[in-house]
Amino acid sequence: MDATINLIIFYALAVVVLSMSVLAVTTKKILRAATYLLFVLIGTAGFYLMLNYHFLAAVQITVYAGGVVVLFIFAIFLVSSKGEVIEPHAKRKVVLGLLASVAGAAVVFFALFKHQFVIDSANTTMIGDQEMNMKVIGQALIGTGKYQYLLPFEILSVLLLACIIGGILIARKR
Amino acid sequence: MEYSLLILITPFVLFLLLGLTGHKMKPNVAGIIGTTGMALAAILSYTIAFQYFFGVGKVDGVFQQIIPINFEWLRFTDNLHIDLGILLDPISVMMLVVITTVSLMVHLYSLAYMHGEKGFQRYYAFLSLFSFSMLGLVVATNIFQMYIFWELVGVSSYSLIGFYYTKPSAVAASKKAFIVTRFADLGFLVGILLLSFYTKTFDFATLTADNASLVVNSTAGASFLGLSVAAWATALIFMGGAGKSAMFPLHIWLPDAMEGPTPVSALIHAATMVVAGVYLVARLFPVYFFSAPEVLTMIAYIGVFTALFAAVIAITQTDIKRVLAFSTISQIALMMAALGVSGFGGHDGLGYMASMFHLFTHAFFKALLFLGAGSVIHAVHSNDMRDMGRLHKYMPISSITFFIACLAIAGIPPFSGFFSKDEILVAAFHHDKVIFYAILVSAGLTAFYMFRLYFNIFWGKEKTYTEHHKPHESPWLMTFPLVFLAILSCTTGLFDFSEFISPDKMPFATHIDWTIAGMAIAVAVIGITVATILYAKGSDKPAQMAKSLGRFYTATLNKFYLDEVWMFITQSVIFKMICEPIRWFDRNVIDGSMNGLAWVTQKSSSAIKGLQSGQVQFYAWVFVAGSIVIAILVLFCKV
Amino acid sequence: MIPMEHYLIVSTLMFFIGIYGFITRKNMIAMLISLELVINAVDINFIVFNRYLFPGQLEGMFFTLFSIAITAAETTVALAIIINVYRKIGNVNVGNINKMKN
Repeated sequence: MDATINLIIFYALAVVVLSMSVLAVTTKKILRAATYLLFVLIGTAGFYLMLNYHFLAAVQITVYAGGVVVLFIFAIFLVSSKGEVIEPHAKRKVVLGLLASVAGAAVVFFALFKHQFVIDSANTTMIGDQEMNMKVIGQALIGTGKYQYLLPFEILSVLLLACIIGGILIARKR
Repeated sequence: MEYSLLILITPFVLFLLLGLTGHKMKPNVAGIIGTTGMALAAILSYTIAFQYFFGVGKVDGVFQQIIPINFEWLRFTDNLHIDLGILLDPISVMMLVVITTVSLMVHLYSLAYMHGEKGFQRYYAFLSLFSFSMLGLVVATNIFQMYIFWELVGVSSYSLIGFYYTKPSAVAASKKAFIVTRFADLGFLVGILLLSFYTKTFDFATLTADNASLVVNSTAGASFLGLSVAAWATALIFMGGAGKSAMFPLHIWLPDAMEGPTPVSALIHAATMVVAGVYLVARLFPVYFFSAPEVLTMIAYIGVFTALFAAVIAITQTDIKRVLAFSTISQIALMMAALGVSGFGGHDGLGYMASMFHLFTHAFFKALLFLGAGSVIHAVHSNDMRDMGRLHKYMPISSITFFIACLAIAGIPPFSGFFSKDEILVAAFHHDKVIFYAILVSAGLTAFYMFRLYFNIFWGKEKTYTEHHKPHESPWLMTFPLVFLAILSCTTGLFDFSEFISPDKMPFATHIDWTIAGMAIAVAVIGITVATILYAKGSDKPAQMAKSLGRFYTATLNKFYLDEVWMFITQSVIFKMICEPIRWFDRNVIDGSMNGLAWVTQKSSSAIKGLQSGQVQFYAWVFVAGSIVIAILVLFCKV
Repeated sequence: MIPMEHYLIVSTLMFFIGIYGFITRKNMIAMLISLELVINAVDINFIVFNRYLFPGQLEGMFFTLFSIAITAAETTVALAIIINVYRKIGNVNVGNINKMKN
């Protein structure tokens, strides 16, 4: 019963995410594209929740949905005049894009179905019903041992700082 | 005697000073500065000559080679290095005196002669450069230093001949002089390399020491095409000397070089540069004598042939400077011949001594002749003797000094030419009778053509001179050098040269052989008499004689067509046969391949430049497509 | 239990939808949105592989975490540049950005 509900939720999410993705890349209004992206990101957060990565789902929603999309929307406000419509796509570009994406998807699907993933059956119990302990995550983030990530963490903080400064500097009015 | 360096430095500093700042000075200031500097150098060299010959030079009756300054400039191996220094021995000291004296006279003379010319300062700068290089040449301690200054002399001569660079003929003449001497210098350089390859030294003192035993030993047994290596090396070095000293067949540049200003001709093409070849052979005389006597014989015959050849041409020329040019060729050839017939040691070294003696006396009377000719040209504004006549009454000083110089070159006692020519004749007489008689004939011819020149200029028929171009005597700045040089021409013959100069540097005694001297005087008198009969009154006889000689006369007038022969060799043979194919190869094969490469690059880049569109989306597409292709390759083509 | 392949199918589709958008869009912000889709698809893949194949470890999760942070940074800078471009040339069409080319 639980599994069925899970499956239903998954398919619902998958439909929403994919349709929103398609809309995000095809809609003619840029602001709508950003909104569709927001739905895609929230749907992705749903996937994370289903996989029991609660912390990641929270990050996804706060940083992506809350931060990046808002940034997008502000940028759109800044750069577009009222009700600006994305010009119709050039035919040639559409054909090229379709060709590349369909061919790429075909290749990936071929590889996906041809390859047999070895799933450790002993661990299957863990899947879906074990929550990630926050303490473990915290210690892994600021530890220096094996499978611990202090250095990337710090580098990332420097990168973010650099981006803040760079962003200000680039966008500043001269 | 370290101060001898000053003799070199003074002209060099003058050159830098006048060359770099001369255009800011007034012409007269530049000229006076140049002349003063030259006077200083002259005084210094007189001091050195006095000190050397009557003081430190002679030790136990032998003249020493003194090297007051020598520093290493380039070191190749422990043995082989190029030095720069100063070598004082009898001939280099004598050359110092000759060069500075003539150069000073020319500097003085030019103050008036070149007055008002455009580029007066440049003229003095180059005169200084020339003096510097010539002085450096004669005091060179090693053959490579000599070569360096040798080329410097060539360069400064080039720029002085081409002084009137707006005149195409002057430009052509300067190029001709440079190319011909440069061509000869190629032989010189190869000779130097050959010699130093075997002896492992450039040093004159080492090369000539001990009867040139180093050269003899190191080249022993080595031969090429039937001639010993020593002979090849010395012959090639002589080729360089022949180029500078205008020996047949490399003499063709000298007559054309008369396009330069007349004082330059006096300095370079009469007294100093053209004797560099003689000096070179004299400098290496022991090497020639002991290791390659056959080359010495060759030098003697080339010298005698050139002397006769040039004397014959000089008879028919009408340009007074060209007559003097051929006379110079002839006289220098005599010096070469004297070296060629010389022996070594004691009285046998008479030829060597005579050669240097004649060089010494010739420098003064030939410079006098050129300066005199310059004085005449200055007055008449023409080089052609057919435009002159009866100038004696207009310019008596020039006439008298010119007459003295003619007597000197003709070999009439007691003028200087008589003594030096007599020594040459004696040396030749003891060596080879053919050479002796050839020299005698050329002496007769010399007397004839010199007096033909003299009578045609100063006597003969009166020409009509336009009123405002009435000939007049030159200013004192020009006549003073004439008088001074005339005095030298009268007196220098009285030096007893054998007391100072000999191949083994030991003085020996000479005396005038009156039989030979009598023959020489007789021949000279005959020449003068014939010239007097034909030209003194300006009769028609010379023209009739020219007609009766017919083709020979025309050939002589055209210098035996040697210029044409050289032109044919260079234009038709070398240019057509060698240069044209090489040019074709260069233009078509080498350039073609390069151009083809550039063409292919250009075409292919313009074909693919559309790909570099700057459209980032296209790039992304290509990237995705490439990734897909690679993925397909990885998936389906498992190796 | 949802099979792993289902997640992967979704992420693959999302990835190539993003690619399609990146290639066809003219507006630079729209291109950036497509890029976000691509990155999001990759994040899902990380998480899925981590959960199904190596459930005892946290690499995938941290990769995703860092990826989200870097994406945020990249978006910031990219948007700053786009705003600057807009100030310079008045629109944000990618085809018009050829000042550097000439």
